[in-house]
Amino acid sequence: MNIIEVDNLVKKFGSFIANDHLTFNVRKGEIFGFLGANGAGKTTAIKILCGLSKPTSGKVMVAGYNVSTHPEEVKSNIGYMSQKFSLYDDLTVVENIRLYGVIYGLSSTEIKERTEILLNRLQLQDARKRLIKTLSLGWKQKLAFSVAILHRPSIVFLDEPTSGVDPITRRQFWEMIYEAANSGITVFVTTHYMDEAEYCNRVTIMADGKIEALDTPANLKKQYGANSMNALFLKLTRKETVGLDN
Amino acid sequence: MKTFIAFVNKESRHIFRDYRTMMVLFLMPVAQILIFGFVISTEIRDASIGILDKSKDDASRRLVQRLSASGYYKVQSVFNYERDIEPAFRRGDIQLAVVIEQGFGNNLRNPDGTAIQLLADASDANTSQMLVNYCSGIIQTFAIEESGIEYAPILTTEVRMLFNPSLKGVYMSIPGTMAMVLILISAMMTSISITREKEFGSMEVLLISPLKPYQIILGKVVPYVVLSMINAISILALGIIVFKMPVLGSWMWLFVLNLLYILLSLALGIFISTVARNQMVAMFASMFALLLPTILLSGFIFPIESMPWPLQWLSRVVPPRYYIQAIKTVMLKGGGLTYMWHELVTMTGFLVLFLSLSIYKFKVRLE
Amino acid sequence: MIEVNQLCKQFGKVKALNGVSIQVNEGELYGLIGPDGAGKTTLFRILISLLLPDSGSARLWGLDPVADFKKVRQIIGYMPGKFSLYEDLSIIENLTFFATVFGTTVEENYYLIEDIFKQIEPFKNRPAGKLSGGMKQKLALSCALIHKPRLLVLDEPTTGVDAVSRQEFWEMLKRLKAQGITILVSTPYMDEAGLCDRVALIQNGKILETNSPEDIIERFNKPVFAVSDNNMYQLLNNCRQYPGVASVYPFGEELHITFSEGSVNPVHLKEFLVSKGIPDANIKQIQPTIEDCFMELST
Repeated sequence: MNIIEVDNLVKKFGSFIANDHLTFNVRKGEIFGFLGANGAGKTTAIKILCGLSKPTSGKVMVAGYNVSTHPEEVKSNIGYMSQKFSLYDDLTVVENIRLYGVIYGLSSTEIKERTEILLNRLQLQDARKRLIKTLSLGWKQKLAFSVAILHRPSIVFLDEPTSGVDPITRRQFWEMIYEAANSGITVFVTTHYMDEAEYCNRVTIMADGKIEALDTPANLKKQYGANSMNALFLKLTRKETVGLDN
Repeated sequence: MKTFIAFVNKESRHIFRDYRTMMVLFLMPVAQILIFGFVISTEIRDASIGILDKSKDDASRRLVQRLSASGYYKVQSVFNYERDIEPAFRRGDIQLAVVIEQGFGNNLRNPDGTAIQLLADASDANTSQMLVNYCSGIIQTFAIEESGIEYAPILTTEVRMLFNPSLKGVYMSIPGTMAMVLILISAMMTSISITREKEFGSMEVLLISPLKPYQIILGKVVPYVVLSMINAISILALGIIVFKMPVLGSWMWLFVLNLLYILLSLALGIFISTVARNQMVAMFASMFALLLPTILLSGFIFPIESMPWPLQWLSRVVPPRYYIQAIKTVMLKGGGLTYMWHELVTMTGFLVLFLSLSIYKFKVRLE
Repeated sequence: MIEVNQLCKQFGKVKALNGVSIQVNEGELYGLIGPDGAGKTTLFRILISLLLPDSGSARLWGLDPVADFKKVRQIIGYMPGKFSLYEDLSIIENLTFFATVFGTTVEENYYLIEDIFKQIEPFKNRPAGKLSGGMKQKLALSCALIHKPRLLVLDEPTTGVDAVSRQEFWEMLKRLKAQGITILVSTPYMDEAGLCDRVALIQNGKILETNSPEDIIERFNKPVFAVSDNNMYQLLNNCRQYPGVASVYPFGEELHITFSEGSVNPVHLKEFLVSKGIPDANIKQIQPTIEDCFMELST
């Protein structure tokens, strides 16, 4: 079953084509890697999938809703976390959790229950009253991810979630992703770490607004005769990208 | 020198490429002058008044005629009974009521005098005060003429009327607007442009470059001096051409005064940027520490004389106060250095103070 | 050459640097490898005289960044982490500005940046704000190089940049090194360590290890095994349960496993996995990577 269906998506900014006839599906419960060079059109596509931006043409269905006509329904069915912004620095751990719970319409008992589960799982019980800005980046990102799936969305979008995180925490983060995927949440993730691309069930590689390849990491490597994702990536995207930066 | 010119060049490009801000900078003063000049007019013209003439003699009729001929007043209602006056105020028909007591004409030459009662709507205290003042002035002149007896002249608000005989509000608002606009552009824009470099990290590169701190500061300042001068000229031109504002004093002093004030504002801006960590702090600091005092405490809108003494005292440390005073001296009174050396010295003092503080606080390192 | 001795720097309660010592040789491409918040930026800022250390000392070709800060600033080219070109100025305006500010001209040292700059020259009149990440990076490097510095300090030049641009960037650094410029570069990407002559691994304000990447790997004394299977999550959980295991970390399509001392026994692990219903797991001994070393050293 497909949780995301993208059919001939085109997005233009003036004469600049950011997304050029994208067509792909994401299956329910899969970890879907979305790779591409800077300026390849990833951010534009994610904004459309999250209902933040309307496609110029083409049909995009997310969690059973059309993003052009029902963006609000799409938004309440997804979770989102990015490297640039995730949690409010000057609120405490618990305040941040509560805030997101309220935004996504959870009842106060639900919020209380899930807060405790979450804090126990992350072993952050002692840090519950600490301000976010006093946490290390790794902890912050793990917490941000847990908060992004607090309302049990059917899909969670992660935009470079592990950028700059230390190697051990980065792996712990991916274990959390595995766990979420195992519980049925579809994970849509972008990353600049090529080893992380290997953790995905399927990856798509974008270049110049188009999809260059889409398959499992193993199949892609076989198909293009590359021995690592890094080599594959370089092979597919090694041209000077002269687009607008996203 | 070459590096310095390159720096000024770069700054100017930042300014001129941000055309939205440029538009605001040039259009804001124009809009403000027009608003203060036309809309928020504090001068009195054709104010509605009501007359209750209990005397109904020759002299009283001449007085009423004199009032309406002055151009300040328009006789809106003529009452027969005192009880009609209050409802007229409530309806807003009139702003001032003149009650002429019985036997006005006969008693004019009477040593005990005659009585005229002025009733004003004090819910708008400033305007009513002015209405009453004007009216008493007219009545007194009238009484002197009619009776031939010299009264001791009353010198209350006469000083201001002397140099601004028609009490044109716009003469007050042009120096005030200049004070406001110049401090806003100079201080806010420089402090923002310096903190922006801190925020974006380019300050780190400038610091490790052979540029000297004073070159960085001066380079930031020069384009804004030019920009502010252009603005000062455009406001003045508007005041002189559209509102017929006189320039009785020397143009040279007017120029010196503006330049000094602009430099002072820039020094303030630099000082703010050495204290503020980011653009937002710089902006709020300029807003609250500079703009509000300029509007409220400089005598621009509220006369300093009528402030409670703590505020009067506070207004002494508000630089625009001295600028406004000096500008008025030059433009309206035609006074030269003798009449404004005190203001010039004070402003120079402020300039030196803020410059030294900024140089002292400017760091060659981060934190 | 650079000598750093027992540097400490504290911000409030946070010890950004806690006794850091490194040595960089003339003409070396030296990498400072560590995650965000490890203290890389603080160390760089102290070296280039933008911050004062609480204690400890540093020397750059004998110059003290505290006392001789003016001289130190003359010999370095610096590219800060969030650089930060002037986005409203065009490529050529940015370059000319930095050249002039550093008392030189674009023509004088053009040979040094030619390689890099000619790739973006066709767009020289485009504002820097409208460039792609890779192009911005090339421009920033050109600006840092234009006054022909003796030492190039690059703070996380490749963070957030895609793999292609990263690779190109490292190729540029190699060519600069060949010109005799000493390069000090920091990165959170462990795989970039192998591209440096020598590296310092840093975390929480402490140096974990300094050496050439090859020697760091050499000195890693535990055998590392790669385990792979179709269902990674299941494999991971089961390997964790194996009694003799010391660490299990996912590495791309494999798990990297080390055993606790005395129980290095891949055959036994294989039997264990079979008993857990994973019959086809593939186990082989491999050479550790810098990332394996970093994780081992940081725990």
